[in-house]
Amino acid sequence: MSDLKRTALFDLHVRIGAKMVPFAGYEMPVQYKLGVMKEHLHTRASAGLFDVSHMGQVILRGENPALSLERLVPQALAALGEGRQRYAFFTAEDGGILDDLMVANRSDHLFVVVNAACKDADIAHMRANLTDCDVEEITDRALLALQGPAAEAALASLVPNAANMKFMDVAVMASDFGELWISRSGYTGEDGYEISVTNDQAEALASALLALDLVEAIGLGARDSLRLEAGLCLYGNDIDTTTSPVEAALEWAVQKARRTGGARAGGFPGAKRILAEFDAAAPARRRVGLLPGTRAPMRAGTALFADDTGGEPIGIVTSGAFGPTLETPVSMGYVATEFATTGTEIYGEVRGKRLPVQVADMPFRPSTYKR
Amino acid sequence: MKYTEEHEWIRTEDDGSVVIGITAHAAEQLGDIVFIELPEEGDEMAKDDEVVVIESVKAASDILAPLDGEVLEINAAIVDEPGKINDDAEGDGWFFRLKPADLAPMEEYMDEAAYKAFIG
Repeated sequence: MSDLKRTALFDLHVRIGAKMVPFAGYEMPVQYKLGVMKEHLHTRASAGLFDVSHMGQVILRGENPALSLERLVPQALAALGEGRQRYAFFTAEDGGILDDLMVANRSDHLFVVVNAACKDADIAHMRANLTDCDVEEITDRALLALQGPAAEAALASLVPNAANMKFMDVAVMASDFGELWISRSGYTGEDGYEISVTNDQAEALASALLALDLVEAIGLGARDSLRLEAGLCLYGNDIDTTTSPVEAALEWAVQKARRTGGARAGGFPGAKRILAEFDAAAPARRRVGLLPGTRAPMRAGTALFADDTGGEPIGIVTSGAFGPTLETPVSMGYVATEFATTGTEIYGEVRGKRLPVQVADMPFRPSTYKR
Repeated sequence: MKYTEEHEWIRTEDDGSVVIGITAHAAEQLGDIVFIELPEEGDEMAKDDEVVVIESVKAASDILAPLDGEVLEINAAIVDEPGKINDDAEGDGWFFRLKPADLAPMEEYMDEAAYKAFIG
């Protein structure tokens, strides 16, 4: 694994028994000694600490970086309040999705977090198209996520003011671990935080959190089942360059100001197709939640059918796993729009057998953000 | 008890039937098991047939029949609670009991010491 990069927490992971795997060009912990199932349940019951330092951290500076970035995303960023964060995605000229990201307004600049696998392309995309901005990749900082109902108590024991933040707030806070860039957000459906910390303080901060009885280290395996139960998309699986925002059921993330008739309607790549899908031409397929009717998980790639025999596929599973909180398998995927109504009974072909699966609302488990 | 390179164990009972499961090492490698599909009682199987599907939180795996024979009994408890395989792979987590048609392959399989050396 010599070509793989390591995060500032690599030594800590190995020391506490992580199983390391290649992921998006990094050696990352897929699980620790607890195992995926117990790590998932611990996060839902108490608090889990994740190393997400492989993700890209970028600062955008300019005359009006929010307005500039609106040229690349269909989100209303100029209206984003200081100290607030918003979910966004880069769109392509054909209306597909290039990556999803978090954008925070930090007064005189934007702080952007992008996916590890896309970060080089994202940074090149911003540099090429935002010539009125300075695009600075932050490489001297690690990123930790602390998620779960005890996340507030755990972080507040080290950084008391973190308790005052609400969902999607961002703040810069002084601490015993240097200056922390904290957001109250995450990728599990739980209340929690993402914490940017300098590389040289990352292990001390992680160790201090792990020393608390409330907190366990959680790997990428549980991160995936947690986000799936929360109905959150994984870029590369559930959304990619072939899926449009409306196909992906992400209308909630496109604010009115950028839609037809809005103050700053259009003006992002793929606007013609994307706005048409909002206004009139409903796309032929939709991303939906899927609840398999047996204990057999329906994983990514499982073909979906209208009937228990014959016929052409009407859809495909893009993410699927056992959901430890629900104690049942859960999936998401795309189906032809006529099958996208909640409660529709369809079939997934698993090892040559058509097994029943029901179209379901997401999140599968209600999210518990602190609003 | 005999062991295969596919990480199955085979225990011969007093009545000549054999009980088959996967080793604790295999269960640990698979991670938390969330689904198992067993053959049915009365099924005939040939050595190396794919007779069991196991899914863990990580992936699906096929289990091959280690012997020819007829299925006498299956462990229905692990279908309802696949986690029992992780808890006690070489005891309560057994898969099925077989009436073997040919015990010759047993000569090829490893004893406990050889299996321990095999998994290092």
